[in-house]
Amino acid sequence: MNEQTVDTFGNEMMTLNMGPQHPSTHGVIRFVVTSDGEIMQKAVPHVGYLHRGIEKIAEGIPWQSFTPYTDRVDYLAAMFANHGWAMAVERLAGIEVPPRAEYIRVIASELNRIASHLVAVGAMAMDIGAFTPFLHGIREREKINDLMEELCGQRLTYNFVRVGGVSSDLTPGWDKKALAFIEALGPLLDEFNRLITGNEILVKRCADVAVIDPRTAKSFGLVGPNLRASGVDWDLRRDQPYSVYDKFEFRVCTGKGWRGRVGDSYDRFVVRVDEMIESVKILKQALGGIPEGPVMAKLSKKLKPPKGEVYAAVESARGELGYYVVSDGGEQPYRAKIRTGSFAALSAIEALSCGLMIADLVVLIASFDVVAPEIDR
Amino acid sequence: MSELFTFIQGRWDPAVTYPQIVWPALVVAYGVFAVTFASLFAGITSWYERRVAGRMQCRIGPNRVGPQGVLQWLADGFKAFLKEDLVPKEADGILYRIAPYPVFVGVFCTWVILPYAPAVVGADLNVGVVFLMAITALVVAGIIMGGWASNSKWALLGGVRSAAQMVSYEIPVGFALLTAVIPAGTLSLQGIIAAQGGAPWNWMVFHSPATFIAFFVYFTAALAEGNRTPFDLPEAESELVAGYNTEYSGMRFIWFFFAEWANLYVIGAVVAAVFLGGWRLPGVGIEQQAASLWLQFAGACLFVLKALVLVNVIIWLRWTLPRLRVDQLMIMCWKYLVPAGMVLVVVAVFWVFVERGMPGFARWVAFLLCATGFFLVGLMFWRAWYNIKYGGDRLYLKFMV
Amino acid sequence: MSAVYLPIFVMLLFSGALAGGMLLFSMPFGPYNPTRVKSEPFECGCRSIGPNRVRFSAQFYILAILLVVFDIEAAFMFPWAVLFSKLGLAGFIEMLVFIGVLVLGFVYLWRSGGLDALDK
Repeated sequence: MNEQTVDTFGNEMMTLNMGPQHPSTHGVIRFVVTSDGEIMQKAVPHVGYLHRGIEKIAEGIPWQSFTPYTDRVDYLAAMFANHGWAMAVERLAGIEVPPRAEYIRVIASELNRIASHLVAVGAMAMDIGAFTPFLHGIREREKINDLMEELCGQRLTYNFVRVGGVSSDLTPGWDKKALAFIEALGPLLDEFNRLITGNEILVKRCADVAVIDPRTAKSFGLVGPNLRASGVDWDLRRDQPYSVYDKFEFRVCTGKGWRGRVGDSYDRFVVRVDEMIESVKILKQALGGIPEGPVMAKLSKKLKPPKGEVYAAVESARGELGYYVVSDGGEQPYRAKIRTGSFAALSAIEALSCGLMIADLVVLIASFDVVAPEIDR
Repeated sequence: MSELFTFIQGRWDPAVTYPQIVWPALVVAYGVFAVTFASLFAGITSWYERRVAGRMQCRIGPNRVGPQGVLQWLADGFKAFLKEDLVPKEADGILYRIAPYPVFVGVFCTWVILPYAPAVVGADLNVGVVFLMAITALVVAGIIMGGWASNSKWALLGGVRSAAQMVSYEIPVGFALLTAVIPAGTLSLQGIIAAQGGAPWNWMVFHSPATFIAFFVYFTAALAEGNRTPFDLPEAESELVAGYNTEYSGMRFIWFFFAEWANLYVIGAVVAAVFLGGWRLPGVGIEQQAASLWLQFAGACLFVLKALVLVNVIIWLRWTLPRLRVDQLMIMCWKYLVPAGMVLVVVAVFWVFVERGMPGFARWVAFLLCATGFFLVGLMFWRAWYNIKYGGDRLYLKFMV
Repeated sequence: MSAVYLPIFVMLLFSGALAGGMLLFSMPFGPYNPTRVKSEPFECGCRSIGPNRVRFSAQFYILAILLVVFDIEAAFMFPWAVLFSKLGLAGFIEMLVFIGVLVLGFVYLWRSGGLDALDK
């Protein structure tokens, strides 16, 4: 533990623990940083501080009972984790979901995406030193939390999308409240952009920092906004339509290299802001066309999907959130594997960190929107 | 101090009869006044800044201790008072323990030269500006000491960052002040104020294009020297945990921040004195103001007001702007502010000849610059109004909650 | 004349006494029981790797050394600035030469890559 690292030129290197207790690692992640003071040679992520064995838990409990555990996969966007699991089991068991339930799922998911992105961009601004945009984001997220609370009784861990539908119907007047919220969100995002997105210091801090070209992005398995920021036009909602996403018009936002090269940290920031605007569009369409009907398919209490395996993925706020589930025909899953965006993003950090400054590492982590429980599960 | 003494002698017979008692008493009284003012200012600003931040961030901020939470700083101080004063193992005990003192003393001593009125100034040094730069250099020493002695890598990083930053930014500070010194022809802050006038177009900032830009150069560089956002890298929370004061606890920790908040006033007051006319009242001559107690008092109020407005601006900046990266910070200093400072000095010198040759032209330029300055301020308020009107959430413009 | 400096010493004394006095006064109130874990340096909850007082790369900090050049030059300019109006044109030209040399040095520094350490 006491060796002194020396680089090729004989400069002494400093080995530094960044995390697990660090303000900007977004949860308990540890990076072992080797640097010569400011410029890093590498930053090696050490994961596992939040490992709870969620995949193993799945093997011991009935199919439907696993839904609350999926909430804990990603606490900022629990709806997607619910949704992915429900989709996997539905495909495995061949369950037909009522259309009203699908609409409600989409609405809840998109609201959750906005909430998650607000935290992501806000936290990134905060890591760069601007505290106010973060709290403006949190203020809006609070309203989404209120909506969610009315919808499913929970503000963070929703347990809302169940196998076969959703846990409860919309409360009377909920859709009007949601509509009013998203109508007001547009000007709020404008204000947010005026406050921080166009800020020259933020641009200087993020543009051309940790550029990921499309090839590298694909080879690291980046997904979601991180992949799209690199200019790869890939969105599960459009390219592998699930639920009722094929009924809605929306644009897939990709990185354009707004203020630097394509795939830099600033693109990752702007793509998230852009996606919120697209989510608003989807929400408007979805809220306008909710069909009548039941919200839950008729299921037996003891679900026994036939023997087989399935991979179901949703486009979460952090990209493709996939469940690979194997059934042996029993009352419990034989194996469930969760594929998350944050884990892939974290794996890219070591390769990208060479030559960055410590301050850039903070930007890089924040721009990937890494959420610790999603990494460790 | 001697001006005040002379002023009192003119009005109060015992001061003439027993100068050997009244003079030291006056000095001690002024010292007590300055320390109290500085402490009160630092404490109340720590509360005020959090309240402003709360308003800007759609939350309330501390409002529990005392009316509107104004005694929050006492509660915080009391809490720190009861904390364990930790010294990390393997830390350099002596350096670690004395590090807060240079920071504290360095900031507090600048209060001596801040002029409030023609007669009210701690020490009207004929090298005032140089003294200001010299004594604030103590702060750097304290911060490096604290960062190095802590024996913690984060603190070390913060300490070394601050060494590079604060020391580099002394150069633009020097050049910007020099630009103001050239037309005034004196280094004494009182003298610089006397060279200005009460009306805005007679202020140093609008004196010439050079001083106009020097105002911004000084303000920026002073923020960097005072470790304020967007230049708060030595204590960058999200990068360095807490920077140079990571290991400090209890009162020692408080002193670092106390000095930082006191320094806010120093920045505001120096800018107000050097660039914004100090205690000069519009339409009142210096002799007239020096002779009247009430005019002196009014001047002091105006000076404090100007300083507080600038403190407010600094607080707004802190809660609006992100933070620069360390290399960008150094680039800004060495590739922009330092060359700008050199050019400014030459232009300021050149302007002295312009003033001599074409006084009318110089006068018109001053009016024009004054109009530009007020236009910029108006623009800022227009932007604020626009953001309030078209911003998403309706702001509740009731000041206190 | 030395009476002018008296308030500075008074202020030095007072502010030092305030800082020291408050610290001394707080000592009996705070607890003092250092433990091994408590007196470890903070490194985000992990034991620190390698020595804590490393020799630092001077990549950026070399610039701080340049301060000496420019700050001292600025110090030379202060007395000139005060007396400038009395020195007249001769003083102006002399100082232009001085600043010119300084600018030349700065240009040399810039061109020879002294400031390149700033660009990553």
